[in-house]
Amino acid sequence: MPENSKLIFNKELLAITIDRLCYQLIENHDNFKDTVLVGLQPRGIYLSQIVIERLRQIQPDSQIRYGELDVSFFRDDFRRRDLIVPSSTRMDFIVEGKNVILVDDVLFTGRTIRAGMDALLAFGRPERVELLVLINRKFSRQLPIEPDYIGKSIDTISTEKVKVELKRPEGEIGVWLISDEKFYE
Amino acid sequence: MNEQLSVQHLLGIKDLTKEDIELIFQTADNFKDVINRPIKKVPSLRDITIANIFFENSTRTKLSFELAERRLSADVVNFAASASSVSKGETLVDTVNNILAMKVDMVVMRHPRPGAALFLARHIKANVINAGDGTHEHPTQALLDAYSIREKFGRVEGVKVVIVGDILHSRVALSNILCLQKLGAEVMVCGPVTLIPKYMQSLGVKVEYNLKKALAWCDVANMLRIQLERQDIRYFPTLREYSMMYGLNRQLLDSLNKAITIMHPGPINRGVEITSDVADSEHSIILNQVENGVAIRMAVLFLLAQSRGI
Repeated sequence: MPENSKLIFNKELLAITIDRLCYQLIENHDNFKDTVLVGLQPRGIYLSQIVIERLRQIQPDSQIRYGELDVSFFRDDFRRRDLIVPSSTRMDFIVEGKNVILVDDVLFTGRTIRAGMDALLAFGRPERVELLVLINRKFSRQLPIEPDYIGKSIDTISTEKVKVELKRPEGEIGVWLISDEKFYE
Repeated sequence: MNEQLSVQHLLGIKDLTKEDIELIFQTADNFKDVINRPIKKVPSLRDITIANIFFENSTRTKLSFELAERRLSADVVNFAASASSVSKGETLVDTVNNILAMKVDMVVMRHPRPGAALFLARHIKANVINAGDGTHEHPTQALLDAYSIREKFGRVEGVKVVIVGDILHSRVALSNILCLQKLGAEVMVCGPVTLIPKYMQSLGVKVEYNLKKALAWCDVANMLRIQLERQDIRYFPTLREYSMMYGLNRQLLDSLNKAITIMHPGPINRGVEITSDVADSEHSIILNQVENGVAIRMAVLFLLAQSRGI
């Protein structure tokens, strides 16, 4: 990692936090009979894959269903920002009447989550939608969206970046806050 | 992998790179998923207005484009030449500029003259998509044909494709040849001598006049319609004779010691280039082509709109 980065989560702390998030989910959703877990493409699926795997370890008889949702076509910054490169959607169920837990790695402006809620409606009308994020960047929201399950809340300024590495065959696993050097010059 | 098309307009396959075509296919994969959902619509193009301008008859292509546009949430205006001021003597540029003055962002056009789409692209600011220009090109048809082959075989490279019928008057044939070759397929054309242009061999395409030999060689047969409306002289004695020599029937298919995939861009003249039992057989992917057409057109519109900026 570059010099201007600060470690927020190391591998061990990450495992503890993910365990805590899983137990919070179990506390609220019992055996997940009417609950589905949906990871948001492209970056949220790494976290959601770890969470679903851990949930199934803790609760082998859990009935939770799992999907991955791409929000590209529902973004509000199409033609306004960087190129949008779609990823694949894997949802082999409809969410009509279900409790949906959306999973993303970092909550920043809230726009991806808004697009995610829009994309979700193509699969039916959910009973309730909750949001689980690993990192909640406070004071940076552009929409009235707040998470229900939080790995860690951090204070950041908009020029800083949060780098999340959860699945790497090589290299370190963890979460870093990277500050923009230009800002301090 | 490219993330953006190298072109602003889709005028022909000739202008596309292999990477462009692959990007269109990958994006179409995503849209194919979208159109198989309970709600088949996404809001990406909600601030884009598209004019479909058809100076020639079309059912399938027009419907397919319109569905693609509506499923991307674009606003759509339709314009058919027969019911317009074109019949009162207005020129193409005037007609289109008038439509653009109403703030249209993209134009999908079919026109009987080769090069009409290129001409339009040079004179107006909107993104132009060629939906067929005379006997020249029909790029979205070629893309959806190659995409359907990719879906069936898992690849296009190395697949042997024969295009049978009225090659001389077919924009589908030319676009298909260019597209398949860019993707590494082997291409052959087959038909009566009078309907195969001399320049075919210079395109690196095999030419075969015997249908049975062509079918024995290929993995895929793309059967084209005889375009009687474009034929100003007689190229063969009768349709019945054409059908006997170049029509695909069950007997011919069974005489091959392998299964080949049958394609047709439509509209089908049943009993001429293809018999009903072949068109409706398990080897036919004609209806898959139609389904893929919507996904391909959504991908093209999405990618061209992305290059527009706001």
